[in-house]
Amino acid sequence: MTDTKPDLVCRDLTKDFDSFRAVDQVSFDVSKGSFFSILGPSGCGKTTLLRMIAGFQSPTSGDLQIKGKSMIGVPPNKRPVSMVFQHLALFPTMNIGDNVGFGLRQRGVARTEIARRVDEVLDRVGLPGVAARRINQLSGGQKQRVAIARCMVLEPDVLLLDEPLGALDLKLREHMKVELKSLQAAFDTTFVYITHDQSEALVMSDNIAVMNHGRFEQIGPPHEIYHKPDTAFVAGFVGDANKIDAKVASVNGAMVTLTSAGAEMSVEAPGSELIAGQEAQVFLRPEAVELTKSDHGAGEGDNVSACTVDAVLFNGANSSVIVRDQAGHLLNVAMPQTGSFSGLQVGDAVFTRWHPNQARCYPAATA
Amino acid sequence: MRSDTSKLGFYLLLAPILLWLVVLIILPHIGLFMVSISEKIGPREFETGFGNYATFFGEPLYWRTFARTAIMSILATALTLILGFPIAYYIAKLTRGRTKTTLFLMCMIPFWVSELVRTFGWMILLRETGVISNALQSLGLVSGPVELLYNDAAIMVGLVYTSILFMVVPLVTTLDSLDDSLIEAGYDLGGTSTSIMREIVIPHAMPGIVSGCIVVFMLSLGNYLTPILLGGKDSLWFTGMIYTQFITRFNWELGSALGFLLLALSSAIVFLGLKLSKQSLSDTMGRT
Repeated sequence: MTDTKPDLVCRDLTKDFDSFRAVDQVSFDVSKGSFFSILGPSGCGKTTLLRMIAGFQSPTSGDLQIKGKSMIGVPPNKRPVSMVFQHLALFPTMNIGDNVGFGLRQRGVARTEIARRVDEVLDRVGLPGVAARRINQLSGGQKQRVAIARCMVLEPDVLLLDEPLGALDLKLREHMKVELKSLQAAFDTTFVYITHDQSEALVMSDNIAVMNHGRFEQIGPPHEIYHKPDTAFVAGFVGDANKIDAKVASVNGAMVTLTSAGAEMSVEAPGSELIAGQEAQVFLRPEAVELTKSDHGAGEGDNVSACTVDAVLFNGANSSVIVRDQAGHLLNVAMPQTGSFSGLQVGDAVFTRWHPNQARCYPAATA
Repeated sequence: MRSDTSKLGFYLLLAPILLWLVVLIILPHIGLFMVSISEKIGPREFETGFGNYATFFGEPLYWRTFARTAIMSILATALTLILGFPIAYYIAKLTRGRTKTTLFLMCMIPFWVSELVRTFGWMILLRETGVISNALQSLGLVSGPVELLYNDAAIMVGLVYTSILFMVVPLVTTLDSLDDSLIEAGYDLGGTSTSIMREIVIPHAMPGIVSGCIVVFMLSLGNYLTPILLGGKDSLWFTGMIYTQFITRFNWELGSALGFLLLALSSAIVFLGLKLSKQSLSDTMGRT
């Protein structure tokens, strides 16, 4: 996939609204046929970025290329991109067939040809024979598929999706995640998907860009974003993590020793520019912490601490335990699914241990 | 007990509207209808029959006046729509916040002044010694005073002016409810301004267009002041004709018949309009 030319290229894309910079020098490539997600909290500029790609807003500076052609100054109706809107924006005055055929009618395709292609694309999204029905006769998930069909019938180079799953209920959302991914594979079209829901991004994407305050914090495949976050923001935003404020006590090569309210811990942080005495933040995933009943059997160099159970949060397979260490810190630990801790009670004494390479350490934000 | 009191409350709330309907609308119309079907056969001697209605169809002056009034009203409605739609679109879609409120208010303010005063305003502008005539003379474009009043164009100007608000308000309401993302989706799918207007905006605004058109058409058809004042005594407006029958000719029987025909024929035109635009009355009136 690396040798093919990227479908979508952004170079130093910037958008200013008066004095506010919504998108700040964003650069990225999306290779052909891949699923690219832009993940960020609301107000981070991801919608503005998407609207610039679609052509509804023009960038203040920077360049945007689709299939090698610059799109600066090209109006939205002339761009080879289609967009699935947040609330889908299906036309309520038309039936489903007319909705899907809208784009083809604009291109002046013959009536019989439109009917054939509309039927074909509805078939591909798994909704055969609904062309004559009205929009409000469909369920949420079906509307979603019609919205995608309406774009895909035009065979766009890039399909943009603006949090289309936001309005669905949880169960359907889980289902649509899988379905969107398989639709993307079936159509073999480049998808650019924006969301604030990290699990949507992690499940579906080939590559994720994490965005904050108009900038990209990190671009990479999901496992890299999750396991090797570049910045404190990414570590805190993607997935659950325990955030521990600590002070760097000493740096020994890649191994950093930190103190936090009297407790000492060591974290492997190769390439970090931490120096002794600096304030730092340690991020530790709940599933990286092992829960034991005794302190025997700890590996070499593991961080071990004695804790008491503060709360047990039962949530099926995602159950977790909140433990309090002797310094009073709360730590969220994933409940082992082996059943050995099923009788855990509040107040029980337990030990936690984690390997230094499981945690990530960043300089504390200066702000 | 509870249902009894709530029933009483329901009837009490219903009473004013019922009273209004029965006393001010239904009873006078029954009375008028009774008058319209009595034919005068001698002094204080009447006979029941449809002779007055026959007069309307038999005398070309009457039905031609009606046809003229109806055509002029339809024309005025079309002009109001053509002028009102861009205004409404601008207010509803292209402005935000305070500008929107201000513009909407500016459309309304002229209507705080009585129709009579507004019509006199037009007369001051259009008459032979009026503002426009004087301005044209002082610019040297015309040699003598020009009379712009007392013609069909003046009537049309007055009708459009008096009724444009009733077109703009329902249009702004329906266009406001059109989600911007639908228009954007139209562009995104390759639509041009014209095709989006035709396929997305106008179908969405149709209930507003139809209800605005019905109101404007009925107001123009039933307008008395504007055609008489701006059109002069030769304006030949159907309401003026009814007035003449009642007041000048003292022929209440024919006047009532003409009044009823105005009601029936205008309802028929509205019905036809609804059929042609494939809208239903409950749809259009329920929306705004």
